[in-house]
Amino acid sequence: MKTSRFLFPLLVLLSGCSGGVQSALNAQGHSAVALKDLIIFIVLVCTAVWLAVVLVMAWALMRRHKRQEGEAAERKMTIAVSVAIVMTVLIVGVLTFASFLTTRSLYSGTDATVTIRVRAQQWWWQFIYDNADPSIAFQTANEFHIPVGKDVRLQLEAVDVIHSFWVPSLAGKQDNIPGRENVLTLRADKPGVYRGQCAEFCGLQHSHMAFLVVAEEEADYQRWAAQQRQAAVQPVSAEAAAGRDVFMSKPCAACHTVRGTQASGTSGPDLTHVGSRSTIAAGLLETTRGSLAAWIADPQTLKPGNNMPIVPLTSDELRQISAYMEGLK
Amino acid sequence: MQEEQSGPPMDTDLDDRELESRLAKTWSTRPGFWGKIACVDHKVVARRYIFTAFVFLMLGGLLSLAMRLQLSQPEARFISPDRYNQIFTMHGTNMMFLFAVPVMEAMAAYLVPLMVGTRNIAFPRLNAFSYWIFLIGGLLLWLAFALDAAPDVGWFAYVPLSGPQYSPGKRTDLWAQMITFTELSALAVAVEVVVTVFKQRAPGMSLDRIPVLVWAMLVMSFLVILAMPAIMFGSSTLILDRLVGTQFYNPAEGGDALLWQHLFWFFGHPEVYIVFLPAVGMVSTILPAFVGRPLYGYMLLVMALITTGILSFGLWVHHMFTVGLPRLGESFFTASSMAIAVPAGIQIFCWLATLWAGKPVYKTPLLFILGFIFTFVMGGMTGVMVASVPFDTQVHDTYFVVAHFHYVLIGGAVFPLIAAIYYWFPKMTGRMMSERLGRWSFWLIFIGFHLTFFPMHILGLWGMPRRVYTYQPELPWASLNLFVSLSSLILASGFLIFFIDAIKSWRSGPPAGANPWNASTLEWATSSPPPPYNFRRIPVVSARDPFSPGNDELTVATGLRTDRREVLVTTIVEALPEARESSATDSVWPFWAAIATSIMLIWSIFSPWAVVWGSIPIAVALIGWFWPKGEAEDES
Repeated sequence: MKTSRFLFPLLVLLSGCSGGVQSALNAQGHSAVALKDLIIFIVLVCTAVWLAVVLVMAWALMRRHKRQEGEAAERKMTIAVSVAIVMTVLIVGVLTFASFLTTRSLYSGTDATVTIRVRAQQWWWQFIYDNADPSIAFQTANEFHIPVGKDVRLQLEAVDVIHSFWVPSLAGKQDNIPGRENVLTLRADKPGVYRGQCAEFCGLQHSHMAFLVVAEEEADYQRWAAQQRQAAVQPVSAEAAAGRDVFMSKPCAACHTVRGTQASGTSGPDLTHVGSRSTIAAGLLETTRGSLAAWIADPQTLKPGNNMPIVPLTSDELRQISAYMEGLK
Repeated sequence: MQEEQSGPPMDTDLDDRELESRLAKTWSTRPGFWGKIACVDHKVVARRYIFTAFVFLMLGGLLSLAMRLQLSQPEARFISPDRYNQIFTMHGTNMMFLFAVPVMEAMAAYLVPLMVGTRNIAFPRLNAFSYWIFLIGGLLLWLAFALDAAPDVGWFAYVPLSGPQYSPGKRTDLWAQMITFTELSALAVAVEVVVTVFKQRAPGMSLDRIPVLVWAMLVMSFLVILAMPAIMFGSSTLILDRLVGTQFYNPAEGGDALLWQHLFWFFGHPEVYIVFLPAVGMVSTILPAFVGRPLYGYMLLVMALITTGILSFGLWVHHMFTVGLPRLGESFFTASSMAIAVPAGIQIFCWLATLWAGKPVYKTPLLFILGFIFTFVMGGMTGVMVASVPFDTQVHDTYFVVAHFHYVLIGGAVFPLIAAIYYWFPKMTGRMMSERLGRWSFWLIFIGFHLTFFPMHILGLWGMPRRVYTYQPELPWASLNLFVSLSSLILASGFLIFFIDAIKSWRSGPPAGANPWNASTLEWATSSPPPPYNFRRIPVVSARDPFSPGNDELTVATGLRTDRREVLVTTIVEALPEARESSATDSVWPFWAAIATSIMLIWSIFSPWAVVWGSIPIAVALIGWFWPKGEAEDES
């Protein structure tokens, strides 16, 4: 019947070649690869079953009708149906077992070298690299780095409503639930930038709650972590210095932290190294001076309903503050 | 069962015409506006129910087109995020609570009394009440939408997002109270169906002769009775959290955010089968009529229906595979979710066997049933996929799941429902629907459906989450989304043709005889549409196929009174006659009771005192409703 219509997308689906940085079929991490194998296995089995059913249906409809009545025909049918039922039970058993094996392989023997607290909130992500020694703890927002080939332990928390942490190219999703703590282990097999996105509906800007996971070699990761631990760099230009003064004198500092300054608000993302991240506003815009200015000038048009208010600024102030932000590498 | 009595007039020894005129006098609804309001004929009430549910289907469909418009390109600004969230919440809530469940229950309310050979449903006034409650609940929700005050937290309304802190205002209260309305009406119909099936079957229709559709409706009704209290408890406690400051769901005060999900899905998963089991019954009833042989595997199918019903209560956690439950629990729910594929498979195999042995006549109902098998099996396969915990962690809350449940709900329930409308339309209206338009609507719906929903599987695997009002241009989803949006127009045009056909045929379709499909269930043993009293004389059943088409002589039982509404009560297992029971007369009190209940429920959104003061008019209406008639209700 309509099989050809389904074969094409199915091939695309199975090849898994398209999809970019946020796709369960573009698996680049330990978990995601195991999951992709399972997905392909189950999809193949199920497609075969579906094809069998459709073929039997087509055959039943098209066969020349020599209507056999009576005991013998009825018996044959009963045998066929019984075989089909037994097959169903077997297939379901095999799939359940395959699923169970995959689950086991995902959770076995994790001794994580890095632990990150992921605090999801409307509508951005806070990543806290805790440490017993507070001088080397730090935090970032909407983008975090991990070393390639190492297990990374994520403690998933929610500040307000339920969110769900999902980087399909690295692992399956796990919810962030207020009052509970979930744990997810990530391991990237290859260096790269993987996009993730909140998967549980969390209100107005659920659509714009993305983040990036940057997986890099151990040395690069250590360099990055060392740099993130530093307090904010001093502005190098007069314009940026003026921007810092505007930032500190306006409501900005009430919500945001810039370590090394008096800005220590905690309801918005930590901006100490905002210029070093590749996006702002939870994956909404690429970090450029222009996009920073656009965002600061009117966050409510770009991301309606988000919690950042419009702070009235003159055009000079806006330019200065954008320069300051961009310089916070 | 000839009872010799000298008292009240009986249907014994009357000729057909005389009997019909006397029964018509007793059972007919008074003319005029108030007569219509007071009507308790199950056929009239069920027809209103079905019509209203299809209006809601149409409105819900328009909402989905609005969503497809917004998603047709990245970062589109056709619809604001606030409105979009209202739209997808309305779409889900409307389709589940105002269309799918009510329409299936309404089909039960129409067909079950006819198929078991009785004159009215049990508790006919409750049936009328249930319709008014359903109608008012639906109007309430849509009025809220028109006033830009519709709920915006999803049809699942997860806390804490739906709690007092993150959803201030009245939107979520309206949602929760609308739930109360629709659950109330659903529970009422479920009770009526159970009692009708257990106690009002025609003499001789023992349990093993009940038509499969009636079995399906019976199991469905039990699911409603067992599942709905969970959501009523859930919605009531949510309202309490929101309005009087209880803390059921607030983790900061010792409540639990996951409690809501357990309650919601303990209802929400059986809900799927509440919608699907009637469809199984419809397919099992319609298919034999178009392949010219009896259904294969009656017993197997009935066992599969009951098994599905029982298993459906052990699956709810598969909606919660990503919340971080203990692994042992997850494995259990994977196994149980997979296991339901077995009874589902049995159903499919029985239908295939029936097809195999028969000779298909390609009329519209059969087309929709073939389309159903083709589509539903795909949905079943993706269901097996999401039953696997690890698989589900990649597709949960993505468009893959959106595709999956549209395959099972549209493919698995709406296709059979449309087949059922084409099949029973002649019975309900006395007119045939158009075969030509039927074919058009089938092919447009079938092709449009697959083009719309199949690509969503791929979008989901490519990482597109559900419930997003937009997506960014750098993500590789734009072209498939545009394709889906365009395809949805094909699907919509198929439904449009179906609606046009239904309306045209209702007004001017060719007259249908009593039994246009040569079917052998009892609803075809009376005229189309049936008279208010359904059957001139109560049929007596002596085989699984109650009568053979073409043979006008129906074995009947007599002995019911003609001067008051009476139904025959029979035993549960063997359906042996037990008693004659009076059936309620028309009354406006169910209507007033529904109005009073609605006032109380809506008022309670604004003040808890409404529960106190609002109960007084309800009590008054109920007193009117149950005012004693001064006559024995039943005689053995």
